[in-house]
Amino acid sequence: MNFTVTDLSLMLPEIFVLSMACIILIVDAYLPERLRDLTYQLSQGTLVGAAILTLGIQPESSTLLMSDLFISDAMSVVLKSFVYLIVFAVLLYSRAYLHNHKLFCGEYFVLVLMATLGMMVMISAHHLLTLYLGLELLSLSLYALVAIQRDSSQASEAAMKYFVLGALASGILLYGMSILYGLTGTLELSEIAKAIATGQIEPQLLSFALVFIIAGLAFKLGAVPFHMWLPDVYQGAPTAITLFIGSAPKLAAFAMVMRILSEALPDLHHDWQNMLIILAVLSIALGNIVAIAQTNIKRMLAYSTISHMGFLMLGLLVAKPDGYSAAMFYTIVYALMSMGGFAMLLLLSRAGFDAENLDDLKGLNTRSPWYAFIMMVIMLSMAGIPPFLGFWAKWAVLSQVVAHGFIWLAVLAVIFSVIGAFYYLRIVRLMYFEEPSDTAPLQVNTDMHLAVSVNGLAILALGILPQPLLQVCIQSIS
Amino acid sequence: MLALSDFLIVGAVLFCLSIAGIFLNRKNIIILLMCIELMLLAVNMNFIAFSHFSGDIAGQVFVFFILTVAAAEAAIGLAILVVLFRNKHTINVEDINSMKG
Repeated sequence: MNFTVTDLSLMLPEIFVLSMACIILIVDAYLPERLRDLTYQLSQGTLVGAAILTLGIQPESSTLLMSDLFISDAMSVVLKSFVYLIVFAVLLYSRAYLHNHKLFCGEYFVLVLMATLGMMVMISAHHLLTLYLGLELLSLSLYALVAIQRDSSQASEAAMKYFVLGALASGILLYGMSILYGLTGTLELSEIAKAIATGQIEPQLLSFALVFIIAGLAFKLGAVPFHMWLPDVYQGAPTAITLFIGSAPKLAAFAMVMRILSEALPDLHHDWQNMLIILAVLSIALGNIVAIAQTNIKRMLAYSTISHMGFLMLGLLVAKPDGYSAAMFYTIVYALMSMGGFAMLLLLSRAGFDAENLDDLKGLNTRSPWYAFIMMVIMLSMAGIPPFLGFWAKWAVLSQVVAHGFIWLAVLAVIFSVIGAFYYLRIVRLMYFEEPSDTAPLQVNTDMHLAVSVNGLAILALGILPQPLLQVCIQSIS
Repeated sequence: MLALSDFLIVGAVLFCLSIAGIFLNRKNIIILLMCIELMLLAVNMNFIAFSHFSGDIAGQVFVFFILTVAAAEAAIGLAILVVLFRNKHTINVEDINSMKG
């Protein structure tokens, strides 16, 4: 075990976020109530600083650090940059909501930064140990965040469900990892791949380990039949926390799946391909159909998440770099859209009122044509209607699926997307063709207004010009 | 002398017990938390057995980390349980069902 200066310089973003999270925790403890905004500004500064440090890394090739525990490569730089961007936007969107619901406290920011650190570690993990530690750092922070509204019975119930099922998933994943360790004799991802490539390990035993690992990963992604926690957590958590859970962690989950399946277990792709096909079909079908029956919009978006995770797995199951980059593109696009969707709910909420039912969106056009337009862009994009960004994400994934001979899968996915378009279009109808039931004026800060507008317009603009983002994804994987 | 398979069987039995405990238990959330701990211990058993029989120390190091994380997890789980009990005045699994759909 030897450390060099290069090791530390490539890990600087992680070290910086960790130190700043600790500093913010201490600073916040001594801040008087009227200066609480300083915590917010420091957290945002941390994310900006981390982004500068990360973008300063020029990984011509991938570099292994810290005795191969940690990897710095093009994919990690891209994914981390998007994580910073998304967490930055999440903090910005949540600020007014947290103030109104008396949740604007230092713990929130420290937990969000710790979760961000967990995501960064997961994205850069090159060892089962770092992968597990990153995952737990993220999950434990999220459990606490869901329960942050201590007087809400619904939030504590959601936190308990999330905790039990999340811990169960971690246990199952760990059991798979332990068997994989026993079979290959190593915990390092590329060494595992090498050990499997020798072909001396019993394939049945490897499949046994793989089943546990896939089940654990599917739990974390929220794929059917391991999706039980997702609707309850989305509905029960305060909307600002749902916004966080629904956006950035999906990027980390994607990275984790990539690291395990494509870096450690590429030779088992016949086995995991079949498992992913089942998970993907079930997720897309159940997500889109059950979402139609929902009246709570957070719950509806949770089922929509499940179906989007199915699409993400469609890209992964191709088991080729092209498919991985399509899946990565899909994940980033999904995170941007879901962020925008939940931001609109935050925008409609005020002190003592949470916008979470479909009826709360009624007649949004008469209350504010601009926000109704943005919400429409987000919903049409999620439904996958051209020319919005979501269409290109679905296109990228489905063209890969078809190119590798799974035409029936693509057909199924399209059929269920068309069914799914119904509940997205229902929101558009409610906004434009119904009378508002709630006529209170919207109170929106300038920064929130700007960020939501940029978010909506980015989905529109990237939908017209999707190539740059797609190129970034293709280059970072190959 | 015990063979590797003996340890693995103990690990598998512990793991199955914990899974069964999580799914069959309909009474008390604290039992759920105990099952989760048991599951992590089953994994630890596997890691130590593999590590000992292959002569590779990494598995034992992993166990230290799992134990540490398990402690943090138990702390957070019990904290959530306290919050839940304050709000609902029950820790019966069957009463934790206000959200459906």
